[in-house]
Amino acid sequence: MNTWLLSILILSPLLGVLVLLFTPSQDEKSIKWIGILGTLFPLGTALVTLSAFNKSGEGLQLAEKFQWVSYEVFQSNGDVSYPIFYEVGVNGLSMVLILLTTVVSVLAAIASFSIKKDWKSYFILFFLLEMGMIGVFAAQNLFLFFIFFEITLIPMFFLIGRWGYLEKEKAAYSFLIYNGVGSAILLIAFVAMFMKTGTMNFEQLAYTFSLPQSELNDMHITKNFKMGMLIALLLAFAVKLPVAPLHSWMVRVHVQAPPPIVMLHSGILLKIGAYGLIVFGAGLFPDQFESLAFIIGLFGVINLLYGAFLALTQRDMKRVLAYSSVSHMGIVLIGLAALNEAGMTGAVFQVVSHGLISALLFFLVGVLYERAGSSLLKDFGGVAKRMPIFAGVLLAGGLASLGLPGMSGFISEFMAFLGLFETMPVLAAVGTLGLILTAVYVLRAVLAITFGTEKELTNAHDLSSTERIPAFILLAAILFIGLYPAWLSDMLRPTLDSILLGLGG
Amino acid sequence: MDLDTLLSFRWSVMLPEFIILGVATLLSVIDLFMKKESSRKPLAWLAGAGILAALISIFTQLDIEVTSILYDTYRLDSFSKAFKILLLLGTLLVIVLSSNYKKEDLEENRGEFYYLLLAALLGAMMMASSADLITLFVGLELLSLSSYVMAGLERRNKRSNESAFKYIVSGGIATAITLFGMSYIFGLTGETNLFKIAENMGNLELLEHSFLIVFAFIITFAGLTFKIAAAPLHMWAPDVYEGAPVPVTAFLSVVSKTAGFVILLRVIIICFIAAPGIDSDPILLQVQPYVMVLAAATMIIGNVTALRQRDIKRMFAYSSIAQAGYILVPFVSNSSLIFELIWFYLLAYLFMNIGAFTVIQLLSSQEGSNDIGVFRGLFRRSPWLAVPMTFFILSLAGIPITAGFIGKFGIFMGALGLEQPQYWLAAVMMATTLISYVYYFNIIAIMFFRDSEGTKVSIPGGMAAVLAFCAASVLILGVMPDLALDFFYGNFDVNEFFMQIETEVHTHDH
Repeated sequence: MNTWLLSILILSPLLGVLVLLFTPSQDEKSIKWIGILGTLFPLGTALVTLSAFNKSGEGLQLAEKFQWVSYEVFQSNGDVSYPIFYEVGVNGLSMVLILLTTVVSVLAAIASFSIKKDWKSYFILFFLLEMGMIGVFAAQNLFLFFIFFEITLIPMFFLIGRWGYLEKEKAAYSFLIYNGVGSAILLIAFVAMFMKTGTMNFEQLAYTFSLPQSELNDMHITKNFKMGMLIALLLAFAVKLPVAPLHSWMVRVHVQAPPPIVMLHSGILLKIGAYGLIVFGAGLFPDQFESLAFIIGLFGVINLLYGAFLALTQRDMKRVLAYSSVSHMGIVLIGLAALNEAGMTGAVFQVVSHGLISALLFFLVGVLYERAGSSLLKDFGGVAKRMPIFAGVLLAGGLASLGLPGMSGFISEFMAFLGLFETMPVLAAVGTLGLILTAVYVLRAVLAITFGTEKELTNAHDLSSTERIPAFILLAAILFIGLYPAWLSDMLRPTLDSILLGLGG
Repeated sequence: MDLDTLLSFRWSVMLPEFIILGVATLLSVIDLFMKKESSRKPLAWLAGAGILAALISIFTQLDIEVTSILYDTYRLDSFSKAFKILLLLGTLLVIVLSSNYKKEDLEENRGEFYYLLLAALLGAMMMASSADLITLFVGLELLSLSSYVMAGLERRNKRSNESAFKYIVSGGIATAITLFGMSYIFGLTGETNLFKIAENMGNLELLEHSFLIVFAFIITFAGLTFKIAAAPLHMWAPDVYEGAPVPVTAFLSVVSKTAGFVILLRVIIICFIAAPGIDSDPILLQVQPYVMVLAAATMIIGNVTALRQRDIKRMFAYSSIAQAGYILVPFVSNSSLIFELIWFYLLAYLFMNIGAFTVIQLLSSQEGSNDIGVFRGLFRRSPWLAVPMTFFILSLAGIPITAGFIGKFGIFMGALGLEQPQYWLAAVMMATTLISYVYYFNIIAIMFFRDSEGTKVSIPGGMAAVLAFCAASVLILGVMPDLALDFFYGNFDVNEFFMQIETEVHTHDH
């Protein structure tokens, strides 16, 4: 059983697809319930995987590997084969992210009660998206990673373009083209690495690239090649993360896509960018990554400040949150650029923490939009009076977002900056300005909605029981990580240690 | 050549060709004696059965070693077998397509259509199996002439007439260019047999005239790009594709293109493999920039122009130009990868393109229009048409878990796997692929995101079978490409391609 566990986990969302295919498309209620149950199954499988996962164990666990595709090249000096394997496995980092994926998926499925049409195709795409996201984190070679990476792209395109708001098609195209550019660069880099080294496995690649230069010369791998590959990878994942100035698509998606999908996108899909930076950037080319650390840190600070400034001036709550995501992803870069344990831990914590916080906040905005048909700040005021629970959760989410101690956001920001102060104090000092700005824009937006003069809301009932589930669970998770970060850091330590070892730290 | 010699040949290796020839002859005779008003539709069964029989006979030949008869004008090697499977499979699907093609114009010429199609197929098969410039050219012309007529089969349709006329004129020019190039090859070597040409190309005397070899290469290559609809001779494709009946368009874009790549591989690779270029460097390395520029230009022209098309057949014409550009990329790989990459991509291309044309035919005949608007709200109206079409488009765009992705991935391996990786060519290919997302996904957007009051599209049984078969193949090859690749490696030996057979004919030459 254990040997197939990960494959079952990756394919588990397909069970929902299968059931849905035999459900009549007009039966709204059953479809929505199948949607929720269909995401519970992957969550259950993920929990089983977690229990089978040895937290203190080093390296890859639950690995599976078999031959998949083979290209043979007949050459004068004999046949050379380029085998591609199906390789999956988890380490602490990917286990945490898979868990995050399955949890947020369940909550997004619950939030999908607000979807108004074509439920059947919606949930089929939803499940495919979930499969892609789990697969991305479980993949252990470039080929598989790329395939799952692209699998997330197509359902997203449909989900944005069909179920989104007014300018949904434009947002869908914007998403497709920007991410297409990212994956195009990624594919070229992957194939180039494959052809030079003859392997696509992460560990083997990391080993090959760590060989002394004299041996690498025989394989035609020069220093410039490594640097070129790293820059290509950074560029590809910078689109995904996104790093300013490549962020416009992401804002568009966050404004136009349906709320449950934004939960998934902001909560999980953006994290693929961070995951890629950690695994491919720092993991494969540590030396080159070190030499680029200052630039990465600089971009991190730019992201942080730029996102925060723009969030401060937005009039639409969705845009505030979208720019806040840009800003928060800057902290991931800052943590990575620090090249030490504190920074790395901060970056990974930020990935998880922001996944939870942004999912919560976007869920709440979705609720608000459903009530009022708007998410403009000027249309709201004094919501706390008639929707006290909603206002409370929103305030808590906002506080988590600005990094209040006791919440998950605090740990990650603190660690990331702690790391950066150690290596690049000036940059870190400038960056801390961003934290102040964050507090300002979060409070400005949240307080505008919850307090102040009461505006008329046609449909101002408080969170319903189905809406409370995602809100409370997410809030609980945020508090849990904030109060008991050791659970997470224990999971992550072996993975981070091995990356830091590569970085020579 | 006396009777003994003639009888000494192993004619059985030509079995697939004989079957096609026999069925084509039979069809023309039946067509002649059938009553004028009776329907020719049942003839499709006969034609289909003939192709199926030929296909099966190729599979029985898989174990036969390289055989050459008629002084190497006909060769049975793994190369010809592998590509003939593609040609036959493609034509078989086209037959099913045509049997459901409802247009009164075509009705009176339906009988002709079937035997012309088989004649064209025979020409293509000759191209796959010949190693002599003369017979290769005869095969090429047989394919071309039959195609010209097929394009104009709808006699009362102006577009169809225009299509045939343009095709024949530009085809004539291309033929002239090809022949011009071949005349140089012949002039330099004094031979028409490809292997003898290769031998003579290595002659030291030719070193002084190496620029002539380069010239011969460039002209011949340019002439042969006509059939694959690649730059510089791609201009005919949009007009011809637009006007010709849909099954003919499908045939031209898949089978005829495959045949074009076959002859390109045969002539170019064998003739010039040992030839010196200027300063006696191998010519194939020296002309690489030329091939790369052609490939890049084809990809750019095809994809960029496709952006502006509203007519779905024109759009697919440009799309197929772009695809030809992708398939040209392996020509720069200079390794045996070239065969497997081209073969696999053409296989994937066969399924995705014929599948797409099946949907186009169903829609355009129902709506009476070729405008891209016929796809409007298709997902709501006929999900069973919209979903397979989505697979085909995703595959054409090279998205994973489709055959098209594996094909493109392979092509990337070819382009980046050299000692000097061609990064910029890979980058052009990737950038144009991105451009192609715009028009491919536009079709998807129209199918899924727009609503329409249109009616459900009825899918006849034969078409449903083609759709299901193509969609399943696209997905299966996308998930398990080894099914096809293993078959290819198991039955294909690159050495056979270059193996010159000394036929024992001389013993009979008295």
